[in-house]
Amino acid sequence: MNKYLKQLNPKQSIFGLVICIALLAAMPFIAKELGGTTWVRIIDMALLYVMLALGLNIVVGFSGLLDLGYVAFYAVGAYMVALLSSSHLSDNFAFFAQHFPNGLHIPLWVIVPLGAGLAALAGIMLGTPILKLRGDYLALVTLGFGEIIRILMNNLGKDTFNLTNGPRGINRIDPVTVFGYSLDNTLTIGSVQLTKEFLYYYLFLALAIVTIIVCYRLQKSRLGRAWMALREDDIAAKAMGINVRNIKLLAFSLGATFGGVAGGMFAAFQGFISPESFSFLESINILAMVVLGGMGHIPGVILGAIILYTLPEFLRFTVEPFQRNVLGKIWVDTAIVRQFILGLSMVLIMLYRPKGLWPTPEREDKKDIVDVSVDKPASNPAA
Amino acid sequence: MSAFDLFIQQLINGLVKGSLYAMIALGYTMVYGILGIINFAHGEVFMIGAMVAMTVSTLLLAMGLPTILALLIATLAAMLVCMFTSYSIERLAYRPLRHAPKLAPLITAIGMSFILQAVAMQIWGLEHFRFPDVLPSQRIQLFGSVGITMREIIIFIVSIVMMGGLFWLVNHTKLGRAMRATSENVNVASLMGINPNRVISATFMIGAALAAVAGILFATNYGGKVHFFMGFIPGMKAFIAAVLGGIGNIPGALVGGLVLGLVEAMGAGYISAEYEDVFAFVVLVCVLIFRPSGLLGQRVADRA
Amino acid sequence: MSENNIMLSVKGVNKSFGGLKALSDVGLQVKKNTVYGLIGPNGAGKTTFFNVITGLYEPDAGEFILNGKAYEPTAVHEVAKAGIARTFQNIRLFGQMTAVENVMVGRHVRTKGGVLGSILGLKSVRAEEKAIRDRAMELLDYVGIGKYHDYVSRNLSYGHQRRLEIARALATDPKLLALDEPAAGMNATEKVELTQLLRKISNDGVTILIIEHDVKLVMGLCDEMTVLDYGKILAQGLPENVRKDPKVIEAYLGGGH
Repeated sequence: MNKYLKQLNPKQSIFGLVICIALLAAMPFIAKELGGTTWVRIIDMALLYVMLALGLNIVVGFSGLLDLGYVAFYAVGAYMVALLSSSHLSDNFAFFAQHFPNGLHIPLWVIVPLGAGLAALAGIMLGTPILKLRGDYLALVTLGFGEIIRILMNNLGKDTFNLTNGPRGINRIDPVTVFGYSLDNTLTIGSVQLTKEFLYYYLFLALAIVTIIVCYRLQKSRLGRAWMALREDDIAAKAMGINVRNIKLLAFSLGATFGGVAGGMFAAFQGFISPESFSFLESINILAMVVLGGMGHIPGVILGAIILYTLPEFLRFTVEPFQRNVLGKIWVDTAIVRQFILGLSMVLIMLYRPKGLWPTPEREDKKDIVDVSVDKPASNPAA
Repeated sequence: MSAFDLFIQQLINGLVKGSLYAMIALGYTMVYGILGIINFAHGEVFMIGAMVAMTVSTLLLAMGLPTILALLIATLAAMLVCMFTSYSIERLAYRPLRHAPKLAPLITAIGMSFILQAVAMQIWGLEHFRFPDVLPSQRIQLFGSVGITMREIIIFIVSIVMMGGLFWLVNHTKLGRAMRATSENVNVASLMGINPNRVISATFMIGAALAAVAGILFATNYGGKVHFFMGFIPGMKAFIAAVLGGIGNIPGALVGGLVLGLVEAMGAGYISAEYEDVFAFVVLVCVLIFRPSGLLGQRVADRA
Repeated sequence: MSENNIMLSVKGVNKSFGGLKALSDVGLQVKKNTVYGLIGPNGAGKTTFFNVITGLYEPDAGEFILNGKAYEPTAVHEVAKAGIARTFQNIRLFGQMTAVENVMVGRHVRTKGGVLGSILGLKSVRAEEKAIRDRAMELLDYVGIGKYHDYVSRNLSYGHQRRLEIARALATDPKLLALDEPAAGMNATEKVELTQLLRKISNDGVTILIIEHDVKLVMGLCDEMTVLDYGKILAQGLPENVRKDPKVIEAYLGGGH
């Protein structure tokens, strides 16, 4: 990044930066103009998916560990927030009803780190039994983990022990409050009305930016290199003194943390969650964002997340009118079109552009088969 | 139900279900043995078999054909459709990636499975269907409160017969020899004049035929829940069964299927029916930790 | 008996794979600052021996002492930490990483930049990063491929890849550099250049243990050697003595190889 920046004309780059910031700040207004409040919600969720995709990228992209059950961490974070900032626990457990008669409404800035921590713990729990597994088997067990979490969320809603309220989900979850100000309320600045969707946009944008910075720093760090070494050749990595076991656990738990935070934000934003949102399809959606965007390449993953989230939404608004106009009725439901296109893009990308839409750029020089020269021996640099 | 009765009843339930898992598992294990990939879309082939058979048999029954005939024609139709589907999947999604890193075919496999589900959703919609009553469902009481339905007996017998047919094919025919050779060493097999592409295609189609029959039998017996997503969980469990028995090992798929069926039945009977699906994953983790080569697989030395 | 000048002392290594006895009572002693050769026909057990001393395979028996301290070759990364760095017969580079990044990975074991420090961008961590990169560039220059530092390593020529692997191993500041057939696939000129590089490394104080097939190269380079055949030691000692050993001559020229 520094090298890239150094090459730029300082005036140009500051100008470019200002434009970017202005564009990002104005985005929700633009979205509202073009598509109404619905579209502001869509870009809000797209930002959450950017976080999710970047989190999964640590596991799949950096470390080469195929995780098909990433949604489990999303679920853990979401349910943690749901339980700790709604009345569900008080409604269902005498202990809580006694101590928290109005329901638990623990502030978000306490819950989110807790949710992140719990997700990280879940990451370690998932990682530990599968440390020796490779490739397909690893993928299958992670899939199983995701399914088990979903089954648990679905089944722990019995009358005798209602932790998750089962398929009915948990509602009336508190919104995010920043310094006592609830983001569900509309903020009026002068003549500008900032509704809930706008406020959450800026919050999620901030979180996404923090995520990007953290991921970028991790990538360029000693740990990031160790992860990539693991991905490329785990035996050579070990031979270079890397404790592969530990960095695998780190990958799972750090990746999980982002999922957990995103999950918590999702719960607060939507005010309601249910096991339906945490299915295998979701895990694959997030995986597709990473793989199709450009595995291991942060800008590519961001692009993948944005495209794969907004495109189906976009389809929803074009496919149905299109079918109505051309065919006179809805022949194919949008959900089916979405799933079909998701499956098709996965197949096509692997066949024709396996590195993703925007992979890590390699220096353009061809294989240096011709030039086999070696520099004259330099002086002794031995420490 | 007395403890002994419960045990025997679950034993029966487990073996019946297990025989179905085994039939599906064979498809996974054969493909993994030759190509080294998990054919993620195999569960959807199972689903398509059930769906096609359901539609065809409903149609034929409505036309007045005798039940047996309707069932046989429906089964044949399902097998053909499944074989064609599986063949196409291999040609389109796996063959071009035969030399790519293993992640690529896994992704295309998942993609294919999504495509098939979408197609099924479009053709049949989202509703859950009941498979027409084509198999006799009288319950035969064995002793105490233990019983078995005619249907379950038929399922078990058909499964065993079909798997027996497969074993005969693999061990006593030219094609079977070619399959075994190719799964040992593709290059050497081709040097011996075996066309690996033909063998691979045949393998996919045979697995598909078995999955189609398994789908039909499954649909007739288990609550008649026929819908576009019915292949996902049984597919996963069948793969786990294949791993349990020793991936790539054909008798292993049979053993793994039966054992998994039993574990599930016992778990459902004694621990909790609700968490039935979880037992399979517990089995998977245990196998991968304690005996990764599976029950019948070779001991894999911990090589560099 | 002075143990002070022995870098690696291995005794009584036995290793079987199922029914096959790959190594029978193999042992050797590598003196500090020397080049030690391990030769033998294909399948003799040379790479197996390497894998045992570096922790990739668990031996059935054996004593291992590095720089005076006994060690158990159970975990590969621990062995690297203790000071043995190796290259592989089939070149195991981190293909999609650049040349300099590959060497930087080699510094992993001697540095400690942690997760939190990296995320927060602490000054100490950034300073360590710079030091890692500087040292990596130094090593690339040292082995002669400095100008390819930002080439993706799998795009490098074969000879350059071999050098890169050596540079990466040197980055771990090893006490013993174990090279598995570094000259395999090289032409005569490349072999001469490689020998020069290895001599330079040895002169700069690194102890080298090398497996090689090219007997001429090994004879010219090594101070001492061991000849293995069928997992057993055929001969050990100075090159000129080993060369004259009738058992060795029979194994290489007569017999069934």
